[in-house]
Amino acid sequence: MAAQVITANRLVDGAVVYLSADGQWVQSLEEASVAEGEAAAAALVAAGDRAVAGRLVVAPYLIEVDRGPEGIQPRRYRERLRATGPSIPFGGGMKG
Amino acid sequence: MYQYDAHDRQLVLDRVEQFRGQVQRRLSGELSEEEFKPLRLMNGLYLQLHAYMLRIAIPYGTLSSAQLRKLAHIARRYDRGYGHFTTRQNLQFNWPALADTPDILAELAEVEMHAIQTSGNCIRNVTADHFAGAAAGEIEDPRIWCEIIRQWSTFHPEFSFLPRKFKIAVTATEQDRAALRVHDIGLRLLRDHAGQLGFEVMVGGGQGRTPVLAKTIRPFLAAEHLLSYLEAILRTYNLLGRRDNLYKSRIKILVDSVGPEEFTRLVEEEWRQMPHDRIDLPEAEIQRIRAHFAPPPFEALPQRDAEFELRRRGDPAFARWVRANVSPHKQPGYAIVTLSLKPHGGIPGDATAEQMDAVADLADRYSFGEIRVTHEQNLALVHVRQRDLGALWHSLAELNLATPNVGLATDIIACPGLDYCSLANARSIPVAQRISLALQDLDRLTGVGELKIKISGCINACGHHHVGHIGILGVDKKGEEFYQITLGGSADETASLGEIVGPAFSSERVVWAVETIIATYLSLRRGPEERFLDAYRRIGPDPFKEALYAAH
Amino acid sequence: MPLIDSDGRTLSDPWRLLAEGEDIPELGPVLVPLRRWLAERDRLLARSEPVGVLLQSSEGPADLSGDLRRVSLIALEFPKFTDGRPYSTARLLRERYGYAGELRATGAVLRDQLQFLRRCGFDSFEVENREAGDAIAEAFREISVSYQAAADEAPRAADVRRGERTGYEQSKVCAGFWAY
Repeated sequence: MAAQVITANRLVDGAVVYLSADGQWVQSLEEASVAEGEAAAAALVAAGDRAVAGRLVVAPYLIEVDRGPEGIQPRRYRERLRATGPSIPFGGGMKG
Repeated sequence: MYQYDAHDRQLVLDRVEQFRGQVQRRLSGELSEEEFKPLRLMNGLYLQLHAYMLRIAIPYGTLSSAQLRKLAHIARRYDRGYGHFTTRQNLQFNWPALADTPDILAELAEVEMHAIQTSGNCIRNVTADHFAGAAAGEIEDPRIWCEIIRQWSTFHPEFSFLPRKFKIAVTATEQDRAALRVHDIGLRLLRDHAGQLGFEVMVGGGQGRTPVLAKTIRPFLAAEHLLSYLEAILRTYNLLGRRDNLYKSRIKILVDSVGPEEFTRLVEEEWRQMPHDRIDLPEAEIQRIRAHFAPPPFEALPQRDAEFELRRRGDPAFARWVRANVSPHKQPGYAIVTLSLKPHGGIPGDATAEQMDAVADLADRYSFGEIRVTHEQNLALVHVRQRDLGALWHSLAELNLATPNVGLATDIIACPGLDYCSLANARSIPVAQRISLALQDLDRLTGVGELKIKISGCINACGHHHVGHIGILGVDKKGEEFYQITLGGSADETASLGEIVGPAFSSERVVWAVETIIATYLSLRRGPEERFLDAYRRIGPDPFKEALYAAH
Repeated sequence: MPLIDSDGRTLSDPWRLLAEGEDIPELGPVLVPLRRWLAERDRLLARSEPVGVLLQSSEGPADLSGDLRRVSLIALEFPKFTDGRPYSTARLLRERYGYAGELRATGAVLRDQLQFLRRCGFDSFEVENREAGDAIAEAFREISVSYQAAADEAPRAADVRRGERTGYEQSKVCAGFWAY
C-alpha cells in the first residue's frame, strides 16, 4: 500500500490544501502528514470529515504519494499539477 | 448595442443579492457543499483544480469599452491580472475567492453584466456571429434576436432544470461563423420569397462524447414566433429528454432516438397548442430591442481608402496582417479587424488586464467603443475606418495583439485542459504552445493557408476538436498524456465531424504528427487555392494515415 | 417537512397519502398515486370527500385532463430537485388544461427553487429546508422582474414596458392567466 496524504480545496478561496502533521490545512505538500497503512489513512479521512463539517475545506480525498530525495511526490500527474500549479505562466500556485 | 432599462437593471441587482445570500448561507454552514454546488453552478462558479473559477457571460460576444475596462479592473482587484476568453464567447477568471464573488457580481452589475446561466442544466449564454452588424450580406443584426432570447431564457421558470445544458446560436449570413450545426439549437435568419423575416431552425447538434450535427426541423419560422417555437422545443425536451444517464441527456440524443421527423411532429404539435400571443413578444417590444442595434453613425466614405491601399502595397508586413486579420465590412470605407489572442507560443484566449484596458481605449478611438469576442477565442473591432488601419495595426503590434495568423494554423482553439480544469484528462495549452512555436514562420503559415487546429483536454470537447480541420483530443493512458487526432472536421456552413486518423500520439510526438499532416497536405494539394479542408475532402484520410503510421 | 403557501405561511395538511394496498377510509381527504386513481376512480369519487392525485415526474397530466374539476389536489413529486419535468407538467395543468385546484410540490423541494415553482403554477410546497416563516417567504420574491409569461400573475417586463410607453396600465394583461 502506497503512502497517502489527504488533500482538499479550501472553502473560502478554493486553494489546494493538505492536512499537516499538526492538524492544520496547509498549502505546502512538503508539510503534509503522510499516512502509512490503513489506520493512519482512516485517521486522515476522519480529520477531513471534521474539516468539512467545520467549513474549512471542500471534498477532501486521499492521494498516493512517494517519498524521495525531492520530498513528497504525488503519483498521479493531476496531483502533481495541483501541488505545483499550472504548468504554464500566469498561474504558479495560490498566493499567500 | 443593447442598454439595460430599469427592469433589466433591477433583475441583475436582485440576482447579486440572491447570490450574496447563497454565499453567506454556505459560509455560515447553513448550506452544505452538496446543496450549494447547484446554486453556485447556476451562477457560473466552478471549483476547479487549483481554485474557484468564475465564468462571466458576454451575451452574443458583444462588449462595450466600459465593460471591458470593468473586466480588467476585476482581473486586477480580485484575480491575478488576466482573464481567459472561451469558445462560448465568455470570459473566465481562474482565481477568485468564494467570499469575493458577490462583490465581483455587484461590480459587473454596474456595467450591465452578470454570470447568470453560464453553467448548470439551463439555457446558456446565447452566442452569435462575432461579425454581427458588420458582415456583408447580413439579413439583419442577429443580436436583436439574441437579446430577445437572452431575456426570455433568463430565469425561465420552466427551463432551469433541464436534463442537461442547452446552447443556442444565431447567425444572419450565408457564412456560418457561429458553428450553428454543433449547437442544441442553431438559428439562421433569412427572408422567404415574400420578403418575410424568419429563421431556419436546426436542432440536436452538439459535441462531447457523441458528436452530432443539428438537423433542420423547420426551414422557415416567421421571426415573430421565435419565442413560442423555442418554448415548444424546450418543453418537448424537458419532458422527454433522458435523465438517467449524463452522457445521453442532451437533446441530440432525444432527436436521434425518436427520429428527426417524429421530434419535429412533437414540437409542432406542442407549438400548435400554445397561446402564441402570450409567449411571443409584441411587435413594439421587438422594435424597442431592434432600435438598440441600429448601425453606428458611419461616415460616408469611398469604397476603398486610397491611403490604405497605398500603404498595403508598400508595406509587406502590414499587407500580411491585413490579409489574415482584416475582413471586408458592409459599409464602404470600413473594415473588420480581428485581434489575435494567439501570439506564437502564448496561451490561446488569455488577455491581461493591461491588454483589456488598451483594447477598450482602441475601441473608443477606432470602433464606436464596441468590442467582440469570437468563438475562436480572439477579439474583434468590427467598425474600423480603412484609413485608421495603419495606426491601429501599430497599436495592436505594441500590445502583442497583431500576430497575422487569424484563420491560419497557429490560430489554435484550446480549452484550459488539465492545467486548470478538474474534468480534463490531459493538458491542452502546452500542446497549443508547442504547435504554435513549431509553425510560427510567417511565410510558411501563409503558404499553408486556412487551417483550423482545435484541441480539447477531454471528451467534453470544449476545445471543439470534433470540428477542427485537425482536431486533437487529450486522453489519459495509464497516467500519461496522449493525443488522438481527427481530420476533416468543420464548424462552418459546410459543417462536418472529424474522423479519427489512428492510434493516439504521445505528448512528444503530437507536434511531429501535426507537421506530418501539413507536409502531406502540401505535397498533395492541387495548388495554393485548394485549402486543407477541401484537399482532405477530395483525397480522404488514407494518405495521412500512410504518412503518420506507415513507419511503425 | 413543513407545508407552506406562496407567502411562506405554514399550512395545515388535511391530506392523507394512501399507501399501496391501504384501504380507502370513509372520511377525510385522500391523496392517491395516479395508478390507483385510474383503477379506483369511481370508488374514490363516490365518497363525496375530497380526492387528490399524486403524479410522479415521469407522469404527464393527460390521464387526468377529463377529471380536473373532480380532484381538489394534484401533487407533483420531485424525485430529485434536478428533475425539472414537474415544472412543465404544472404549466400544462394550469395553462392548457385550466386546473384551478391546489397544486403541490412535494419530494426534493428546496428553498432556492420556490420562485420558479410558484411561477409555474404551484401554490403549496412541502419544503425540505429547515427554515420556515419569514426567512422562507423571501425566497418567493428574490427576483422581482419576469422576462417571460408563465402560470403566475406577474406581468412580463415586455408588457410592463408597453404600459410605460403608452401610459396604459398593463397589469390586467395576465388577468386571464389560467383561462385559455
